[in-house]
Parts: sequence; C-alpha cells; structure tokens
Amino acid sequence: MLVPIMLLLVGLGTVVFHFVSPWWWTPIASNWGYIDDTIILTFWVTGVVFVGVVLFIAWCTYRYRYQKGKKADYEPENAKLEWWLTILTTIGVAAMLAPGLWVWNDFVTVPEDAAEFEVVAKQWEWTYRFPGKDGKLGTTDAKYINDDNPFGINPKDKNGRDDILIDDGEVHLPINQPVKVLLRSIDVLHDFGIVQFRAKMDMVPGTVTSFWFTPTRIGEFDVLCFELCGVGHYAMRGMVVVDSVSDFQAWLDEQPTFAQSLAEAESDSDKSSNRVFSEASSPDREIAR
Amino acid sequence: MGIFQQLTEKPWLTVEGKEPAEQRAFSLESPHVGLRVFLAVATVLFTLFLVVYVERMTFPDWRPLSEPWVLWLNTLVLVISSAGFHWAWVNADRGDLDGIKTGLLAGGMASFAFLAGQLWAWRLLVDLGYYDMANPAIGFFYLLTGLHGLHLLGGLVAWFRTSAKVKAEVGLAQLRLSVGLCAVYWHFLLVVWLVLFGLLLLT
Amino acid sequence: MAYVAPAEVEQIPPAEVEDVELYHAKSWVTKYVFSQDAKVIAIQYSATAIAIGLVGLVLSWLMRLQLGFPELFDFIEPSDYYQFITVHGMIMVIYLLTALFLGGFGNYLIPLMVGARDMVFPYVNMVSYWVYLGAVILLIVSFFVPGGATGAGWTLYPPQAILSGTPGSEGGIILMLVSLALFIIGFTMGGLNYVVTVLQARTRGMTLMRLPLTIWGIFTATVLALLAFPALLVGAVMMTFDKLLGTSFFMPALVEMGVYLDYGGGSPLLFQHLFWFFGHPEVYIVALPAFGIVSDLISVHARRHIFGYRMMVWAIVGIGALSFVVWAHHMYVSGMNPWFGFFFATTTLIIAVPTALKVYNWTLTLWKGNIRFTLPMLFALAFIVTFVNGGITGLFLGNVVVDVPLSDTMFVVAHFHMVMGVAPLLVVFGGIYHWFPLITGRMLHEGMGQFHFWVTFIGAYTIFLPLHYLGFLGVPRRYFEMGETNFIPESAQDLNAFVTVVALTVGVAQIVFFINLFWSLKNGKLAGHNPWKACSLEWRTAHVPPRHGNFDDLPVVYRWAYDYGVPGADEDFIPQDVPPDRVSTGKGEV
Ligand code: HEM
Ligand SMILES: [Cu+2]
Ligand SMILES: [Cu+2]
Repeated sequence: MLVPIMLLLVGLGTVVFHFVSPWWWTPIASNWGYIDDTIILTFWVTGVVFVGVVLFIAWCTYRYRYQKGKKADYEPENAKLEWWLTILTTIGVAAMLAPGLWVWNDFVTVPEDAAEFEVVAKQWEWTYRFPGKDGKLGTTDAKYINDDNPFGINPKDKNGRDDILIDDGEVHLPINQPVKVLLRSIDVLHDFGIVQFRAKMDMVPGTVTSFWFTPTRIGEFDVLCFELCGVGHYAMRGMVVVDSVSDFQAWLDEQPTFAQSLAEAESDSDKSSNRVFSEASSPDREIAR
Repeated sequence: MGIFQQLTEKPWLTVEGKEPAEQRAFSLESPHVGLRVFLAVATVLFTLFLVVYVERMTFPDWRPLSEPWVLWLNTLVLVISSAGFHWAWVNADRGDLDGIKTGLLAGGMASFAFLAGQLWAWRLLVDLGYYDMANPAIGFFYLLTGLHGLHLLGGLVAWFRTSAKVKAEVGLAQLRLSVGLCAVYWHFLLVVWLVLFGLLLLT
Repeated sequence: MAYVAPAEVEQIPPAEVEDVELYHAKSWVTKYVFSQDAKVIAIQYSATAIAIGLVGLVLSWLMRLQLGFPELFDFIEPSDYYQFITVHGMIMVIYLLTALFLGGFGNYLIPLMVGARDMVFPYVNMVSYWVYLGAVILLIVSFFVPGGATGAGWTLYPPQAILSGTPGSEGGIILMLVSLALFIIGFTMGGLNYVVTVLQARTRGMTLMRLPLTIWGIFTATVLALLAFPALLVGAVMMTFDKLLGTSFFMPALVEMGVYLDYGGGSPLLFQHLFWFFGHPEVYIVALPAFGIVSDLISVHARRHIFGYRMMVWAIVGIGALSFVVWAHHMYVSGMNPWFGFFFATTTLIIAVPTALKVYNWTLTLWKGNIRFTLPMLFALAFIVTFVNGGITGLFLGNVVVDVPLSDTMFVVAHFHMVMGVAPLLVVFGGIYHWFPLITGRMLHEGMGQFHFWVTFIGAYTIFLPLHYLGFLGVPRRYFEMGETNFIPESAQDLNAFVTVVALTVGVAQIVFFINLFWSLKNGKLAGHNPWKACSLEWRTAHVPPRHGNFDDLPVVYRWAYDYGVPGADEDFIPQDVPPDRVSTGKGEV
C-alpha cells in the first residue's frame, strides 16, 4: 500500500507546491507578456500530462499489485492505442510549439521605430553608449581600445564623436519606447539580462548581438550577467532605470560625449598608465589569482 | 533479410531458428567490422575538422597560404604506399608469401617516406616564414597534416605487428586478415589525404 | 492473442558454429588487474566511475553549502566555487554516468545478454579501461597544479576558458582538455567492442528484435557516443592549440584586463556549436541506456512483457538519430542567428513525441501487470516520476521563446539534474539491486535497500523540484552568491538553506547503500539461479556468478526476452533459451 500512496503524494505534492510556492516570477516590466502567457500555457499542457502519468502509475501499482499465482495480461502490442497516444501527444506538442514560434517571431523582428543603444561589457562591469545628435553610433574595433578610449570607438569616424558614453553601470531608458539593445563585449562572453523584462542575450567578443523590448513600467531594474565570465561573474551588476521621457532626456543631456571625454583625457594625460582600466571596480583580481 | 524487415519483425511471433551466420549483421569478419566502425568515427572526426575549416574561412582574417611543392611528391609516395598494401592483400588472397612481403615492405617504407616528406613540408613552411599561428590557415595546415600523420603513425604500429607475424610464420588465414586490415586502413588514409590536400590547395 | 502454439513451430537444427577461442588468464594479475574478461573490466569501470562520482558528490556538497549559507563558509572562495561546479559537472556527466552505463553496465551485460562468451576484442577492451583510468587521474591531478582545476564551467566556453579571469586558466584547462581527449580515445576503444559485439557475436537465434531493450539502449548510446565525441575532441584539440600555440581558431580580437592580446578573428560560437553537437547527444548517451535498463526492470518485476516492444526499439533509434539535429537549443540566447531558433525549437519538440511514447509504454507495461514491489521496481517507478518531471521542463526550455527568460537560470540546473542526474542515477541503483545477485551470487539487504530508496527518491525530488521556482524568480545559475537585488525575496535564501540540508542528508544516506554493498557481499541471502525469474540470457549461465567465458554451452535462443505471462504456459515466464517443445503447459512437457 505504501507505494501507491507515496506516488500519489508525490504527484499531488508537486501540484500543491506549485500553487502555494511563494517563489514565482516578478511582475513584468516590458512588452513580453506573451512570453509569460506561453509559459502558463506550457504549464497547463505539461502539468496535465505529469499529473496524468503519475496518477496512472499510482493506480496501476494499487490495482495490479502482486498476487501469487496470478498472471499478467498478455498483449504485446496495441497499434490503435499507440496511434492515439501518438496523435494526442503531437497535438499537445503542437499546441505549445505554435504559439511559441509565433511569439519568437515577434522577438526576432525589431520594430521600425526602435531606438538603438549599446551595452558594452567587460570583466566585470557594464558600460553603455547612446548615439549622439546624429542618431548614429560610431564604428568600433578592439584595436582602438585604450585608457582614453575604453569603448574602442574609431577616432576617425565622425559619427562617433558625439556618441554619449556612460560608464558607471547605470543606464536610463524612456518608458514605452521600443529599444534595440546592441550588445558588445571587449573581452569574454557575457550575457545582458533583466529579469523583469523577460529578455536576455549573450554578448560575444568579435561580434555585435542584439535583442529588443519596450519598457512598460517606471522603476529600477537590476542587470545581471547570465553567462559565466570568470570569477567575478556573480558580482557583475548594473541597473536599468526606466524614466518618463522628460526625465530620461534630462539625464541623457548630462552625460559626456566621446569628444568631451577625449578632451578631458588629454588635459590630464600626465596621469596616464599603461594599463587600460587601472581602477579595479569589480571583484578584486586577487580572487582570480 | 533486409534491415527494415528485421526491425519490423514481431518478435513474440517468430519462433523459428536461424543459422548463426545469419545473426551477424555483416558477413565480414569481426575485425573488419571493427575497423569499419573505427573508420566511420575517424571520418566523422575529419569531416568535423573540414566543416570547421570551411566555416572559419568565412571570417575576414583568413589569408590563404601557398602549399609547399613537396606535398605533391608526398601524395605520390602515399599512393605508392597504399598500392603496396593492396599488393600484399592481393597476394595474401593468392597465398603468395613473397608477394605479401614485398607489398608490406613497399607500403611500410613508403609510409615512412611520406611522414618524412610531411616533416620536410613543415620545415619548408617555417623557412618561408609561415609560422605566424595567428593566421588560421597556417594553424589549420599544421593541425590537419599533423592529425593525418598521427593516424598514419598508428597504422604503422599495425604494420609493425603484421610484419612480426610474417616473421613468426603464423598461418596464412591470420596473415590475410592482418594484411587486409592494413590495406583498408591505408586506402582510407589515402582518401582522407586526397580530400585534405585538395581542400588545402583550393583555399 | 497472437501466440504461436508450440506445436506449429519448426524444429531448430543443432548448433554448428565452432566455439571462439578465449583468452585465458595465466596469473592473478592478468585475471584481476590487466584482465581481458569483460565482466572484470565492467567491475573496474564501475568501481572507478563510482569512486570519481563520490568526488563529484562531495563537490556538490561544498557548492550547496556555499549556496545555502553564503556567509558561513569563508574557505570557499569564488574561484573555488567555479572550479567545483566545473569539475562536478564534468565528473557527473562524463566520468561517472557515461563510463558507468557504457563501460560498466555495457561491459557486463552485452556479452551475457546477447549470448556471447566475451567482447569481440578483449585486449582492446582492457586497454580502454586503463586509458579511462588515466583520464580520471589527470582530472584529479588538475586540482593540484598551480592555479588549480579549470573553473570555466563544464561547457568550457572560450575565450574565457583560456583567459586569466577564469580560475585554472594556466594548467587546469590544459589538463582538463587532455583528460577529455584521453577519455574519448579510451571510450572509442570500448565503444568499438560494444558495437561490434552486438552486431556480430549474437548467439544462435538472437535476432535484432529479440535483443533485450537494455542492449538496444546501450548499443544506440554507444553509436551516438562514437559519432558525437569526435566533435568534443575537435573542440578540445583546437582550443589547446589556441592556448598553447597562439592560434586563433576560437579567439576573436579582444582586450583582456586592459591588455590587447595577440588573438584575432576567431569565433567563440564555433566552439559552442562543436560543444553542443557533442553535448546534446551526450544527454542521450546517458539517457538511452537508462531507458533500456528501466524497460527491463519494469518488465521483469511487473511480470509482464514490455508493452509495444517494437515501438520502444524504434523510439530508441529515432531519438538517437534526432538527437543530432537539436544541438543549438542550448544556444538560443548565445547570439547565433536568431532564425535558427525556429528550426531547433521544432526539432526539439518533435523529440518529445517518441520520448513520450516510451513513457506511455512503461506505464502500459505496469497496467494489467502483476507488480512486485522489489527494490529494482521501486527505483524504476521513481525513475518514471522524475524522468517525466524533468522531461516536461525540457519542453519549456526547448520552446525557444520560453527559454529566453529561463536560460542560464536555476531552472536549467533543476531541469537537467532531474532528467539526466536523478533519473539515470535511480536507474543505476535499480540496475545494481537487480544484477547484484548475478554479479556476486547474493541478494542485497532488503531493509537497507528500502531505506536507501525512499531517502534517495523523495530526497532528490525535494532537492530539485523547488530549484525550478528559483529559476522562475530569475536566480542565475553559476552564481557564487546571489547578493543584493531588488526583486529576489529573502525567502529565496531560506529555500536555498533548506535544499542544502536535504542535499546533505541524501548524500550521507548513500553510506547505507555502500554498507549494504559490502555487507551483502559476505552476508547477503544466497541468490541462486535467476532469483527474479527473468527471461533474458544473463540469468541462464551454468554458474552464478558467471565464470570466464560466461556459458558452458552457448545458449540457443528461441524467443524474445519478454515471454512473461504467456497464456497456456505453467510458469509466468519462459526464458529465452527454452525451446518451444520444452515449455510446460499443465499437461507436462510437450
Ligand atoms: C544530489 C546530487 C547533486 C547535487 C546536490 C548537485 C548540485 C549541483 C549544484 C549546486 C550545481 C551548481 C549550480 C550552479 O551554481 O550553477 C551543480 C551543477 C551541475 N551538476 Fe550537479 N548536483 C548533483 C548531482 C549531479 C548529477 C548526478 C549530475 C549528472 C548529470 C550533475 C550534473 C551537473 C552539471 C552538468 C552541472 C553544471 C555545471 C556547470 O554549470 O558547468 N549533478 N550541481
Ligand atoms: Cu558573467
Ligand atoms: Cu540538448
């Protein structure tokens, strides 16, 4: 009797845990509500199967427990039953896949009016770049990276001069404005992810990756790194602050442009060092040995 | 029976017995089957390298390199070596021990010559200044030729053991098996080399 | 019922094959150390795999301690933590489960179950084990080189794997790559044996469709491994070149810690494709043997033929084939071309169909059976529950857009532990309880076994079920500590502490299992021949445990391995080698 009861408890316990668990996703703050809906749908379809299977074996172990002298039923195959199960399963799978692909199509189709900004990752901090008045980001290359030009912007590219640079880890975005995030890393793989936006993407040195979303709620949202990038991975934090449009503009206007930061660097060039990032703003290098 | 038929049999119905030979999936001797399976694995390995090679070529830093001329010579030598083993195999089928010996000797020596030639090719490349590993074409050249050479070295172990068997005058049947295995392996390495060489030439 | 009555059956001509010549050990060393007997090699493989698995287990405790009580254990530094997860993951997936299922169970069961005296190439088989042992030793050694073992995660992604921001980027990573290469070489030697033995050395009457599903699972998994491991080898060799010779196969131009390195132009994604081209089939390399073994456990202990045998075989083969075209579902957010997502999500969800059919057929085997709650059966039931649970969460992660919020969170950790950690390990335990009587001639102790079972099953389920919900919350995987956020509640830490306590308990409870193993070796109830009344050939040897050469006379097979509950027969099982005219049917033997 123990076995059927325990199986029953495991099945039901799982369901109960699911419903009473205080650990669940945080309220969404972007346009990706469809992703949440797809998850809920998947929960229903798969949940029914899970509970069904567990209850069925619990019942089998009760109903067909060993009796001396009894013989099991002999029916090696039942094509009809197997066909039905195949068809039902296929329907269930399609019911999850179709909406999933449909939402994915949204996810990979960037709207025309999306504004672009760039996230640049390095071990283990986040920096950001907005296009300046010209609306265009300057081209970049790892070989331009140095003390005065940590973003590696091509100094000869006119488009880059007015780029706005933010290097303290906190970035502001205007509410309800679709944005395409361009992702770049200067050293290793990282992953720019914001839980409340339900979106994330790896950054791969050597290429630019991207994703898009629309922030829909004013507030502060933690940026976490979701790709193991060395000892400091767990402490690689940033912040996205979603503002009203006017607050955002005010904030942006205060940030330095590339030209300004170059000029500034020239004025105190005597303090130059041969390392690019002399100040350790992330978990200390000692840990890394 | 075709594999499809075998796999759709209803095992709870078929009760009639079969001759043992029929239970084998292949009529080849097991060592040959083993070798073929191994060759399949090696093929996957080389194919993956080639796929990665072609993929890596699409990146902008790829600079083609000019292959040293001695590779042509080496190719010829490898053909000779493969032919030597084939000769040995043919003679093993005929039961001609002298023929086996000649074939094995020619095949083995030509293989050593090939390896020496490959090393020479490396030397030539270095002399030409091609040791800048940052150029992926060069890295691949050393990697692929090295890997092929390693496989050939492994084959030479088998060659050595087969020659020892000739010395020890084991039975002809056993010899035919060993020689046959060597021959198949050398043919395989020849084909791999031709594909590699072709790819290196073309890019 | 489509049962052919014995009278209608053709007679089988007497055996005419000459017996193979066996290698005979001449000394203690060649008998027990450098042995060429697949059964001894199997024990060696198993013992080594379990020993290194225990190292992996201890590492998991250390990680759990850190996660459960982040402030408490000063001696665990972030770099240690990353080394622990890396080596733990690698050990569990490759050095424990792959080696145990294929090298351990495969070596023991293949010759016995197909009715062969030994593997086809015993010498190569022996070398295979020693190369594997070398790989294991290198892995351990990597902890003690300067800089320690690699902390790049079991995925070993470049560029970080070979750069200084990652622990063990000096020597550890090299040793890890070399160890993997050795493992692959050793495995290939063993794998050739398993494949060729199944293809060529089956005994008279053992057609493909009369093979027990255990053999189908192990065979298909071996084929997958032979074809998939080369991808890992290619990646490992090329990364070694990048590290040691300065090539740029995978290394793009980059600035590391302020220094512009000499690399340029390489592609990190290329490595990821190679890795997962191996990595996904690897999941099935672990799962397929488990599928096979559990099918046999269920059938034997439910006293019923496996339901839908043919579908089970086709599903194993189909899943194996499909597993080569789904790899990029591990890379949905890797920055690869997002349009790949459509293809890989579709293939991934298609695999769910044959997998689900297998689950149905297991449950339908129980249905109308005559189920004995023996220990192997209990573990098999627990396998179904955990496997279904873990399989279902795979549907979340495979459905590309759902994966976006969940990838690289604790949800993933929970998923793969459930599906390829807990579920296969339960089968390993079930298999050990099932075949221990064959291997040693004695039964394992029932009471200790029951205790071990319930703690392990309920415990492991309790560890990994809640972790999914941390994943929903957004807790990333591979985090040394969560630190402050403005969205993760305090209670998440309590949950972590709870999970740690359970994990330690379950871990410690394994001691009972080992006590049982050693105690029963001497004191277990004598098993006798065929204690479970099973049909397959491994139980039909003249001696228990089987001796070198397995059988006295090679058995001749007359039926499939699942003639349980055959109508008309006296007993509820008819072993594979019982000729139709020897089946007793109540009227005495025909
Ligand atoms: C009860 C036993 C186990 C416990 C408590 C355990 C615990 C853990 C923990 C805490 C992590 C690190 C999570 C993170 O921070 O990302 C981890 C990672 C991992 N575990 Fe286990 N584990 C166990 C058994 C297994 C088994 C049997 C497998 C075999 C499949 C396995 C495979 C892995 C893998 C592949 C990783 C990922 C390593 C990486 O991220 O690179 N574990 N485990
Ligand atoms: Cu990171
Ligand atoms: Cu996968």
